[in-house]
Amino acid sequence: MTQNIVEIDNLSFGYKGRMLHQGINMVFPRGKVVAIMGGSGSGKTTLLRLIGGQLKPSKGEVRVDGQVVHQQTRDGIYQLRRKMGMMFQHGALFTDLSVFENVAFPMREHTELPESMIHDLVLMKLQAVGLRGAHQLMPSELSGGMARRVALARAIALDPNIIMYDEPFAGLDPISMGVVCSLIRTLNDALGATSIIVSHDVKETFLIADYVYFVANGVVAAEGTPEDLSKSSLPFVHQFVHGDKDGPVPFHYAAGDYKQELLEFEA
Amino acid sequence: MIVRSRLFTGLIRTLRNIGHRFTSRIWRLGAGARLFGLTLVYSGESFRRFRLTIREVYFTGVMSLIIIMVSAFFVGMVLALQGYNTLQKYGSSEAIGVLVALALVRELGPVITALLFAGRAGTAITAEIGLMKATEQLSAMEMMAVSPIARVIAPRFWAGVIAMPILAALFSMVGILGGYLVAVPLIGVDSGAFWSQMQANVDWRLDIVNGAIKSVVFGVACTMIALFEGYDAPPTAEGVSRATTRTVVTSSLTVLMLDFVLTSFMITL
Repeated sequence: MTQNIVEIDNLSFGYKGRMLHQGINMVFPRGKVVAIMGGSGSGKTTLLRLIGGQLKPSKGEVRVDGQVVHQQTRDGIYQLRRKMGMMFQHGALFTDLSVFENVAFPMREHTELPESMIHDLVLMKLQAVGLRGAHQLMPSELSGGMARRVALARAIALDPNIIMYDEPFAGLDPISMGVVCSLIRTLNDALGATSIIVSHDVKETFLIADYVYFVANGVVAAEGTPEDLSKSSLPFVHQFVHGDKDGPVPFHYAAGDYKQELLEFEA
Repeated sequence: MIVRSRLFTGLIRTLRNIGHRFTSRIWRLGAGARLFGLTLVYSGESFRRFRLTIREVYFTGVMSLIIIMVSAFFVGMVLALQGYNTLQKYGSSEAIGVLVALALVRELGPVITALLFAGRAGTAITAEIGLMKATEQLSAMEMMAVSPIARVIAPRFWAGVIAMPILAALFSMVGILGGYLVAVPLIGVDSGAFWSQMQANVDWRLDIVNGAIKSVVFGVACTMIALFEGYDAPPTAEGVSRATTRTVVTSSLTVLMLDFVLTSFMITL
């Protein structure tokens, strides 16, 4: 058994002639909470899709549990995915199924467990995220924070080795954010899993992550523990961590000369 | 010189746009055929959970019943009125039953049912799958190692194929009832002549089986178009809206074109 459950080795990925990642290297040790951070459009979610085998790299490889993801057959990828759970940005709950059925979905699809056991397991998962009382509700009746917690319960339904979180804090109120934040750490430690968080919320991510990668311009711009990165003097990291308006990531989108553009229109 | 250059650039751009539109249509046709092939491949997996197909038969078939039956009733009544108006000039008003039945069983039943199905169930399928894609439900399913084609596409496909002939048969039956109510109690055509002429002149194989074959083919076409448009829709509100519109337009034109092709074969053979 390798020490790192996920390894990204010299990965490049692009589409429509635009390279999104160029030579990225990352490792995700077992049992740790590792965050991938970066601005919007920096390809953080794409990295999760590459780990999950939904996309194929242009160069390099992603290894999950020692197996190269893009070299697997469809069945092989599905076998690997059974070791993974993923919480999507807005939950991605099945809108035609109740909270209970959403959490039961992976169990019904991949196990032959009797109904009584599925019932107990679903309630245990929902209890872990504090929503046992909401098991009869439909997704349309949930708040954003509740939907995220149900998605988390569904992601851990089969006790995965890897749990991936795509922007778990986006659009949540402070209370829900705190709840989701502590749940990610608690569940990771309780299940002995490895968590990969994609986020741009610095405060919450730094609270729970063991290690952080910053992605910018297609490469790993910085990496380290939250403590190291908080003190970092690298301009990009400083701008990101402190939320400076201008810096290596400019406030203005690339444009021509401002004065000339105004005068041209008048002419 | 500048004018000629602009003309040349404009011409190149127009040609490029035409080429792009043509290649994109071909690409979509190929992608649609691929999805159809995959749907057939994954059908076995979906048949193992046949309750999903039954559920979809309810949503696509049972929920379309009202619009199908009300339309059929009025179509049958109009057919009887128009038919009587023409037939009485030739002293053949008793043949009204045959006219209504043949028009419905051979043509109007399968075709109008398919057009209504495309508008009611087809758009619902496209919008549902398009929204599932936009809200990452299909991606979530894939990440849970569950094939969306086996779990979402194939059950809806078979539900459409099962529901369409049943709806077309109901359309014809209700249409004949509508025609009867206008022809017999309202106009006063003899009831015995209405039914006996129909029984004597409607052929099982040439009329009923051919009509059923048409409705199965329309079921495959309409459902597959609706599924493909939803599956291929850009994951935005505008993308889903355009896909829904395309479902109605493409399905309607395909049904009318297929009707001509099938009728040609059926009359020739």
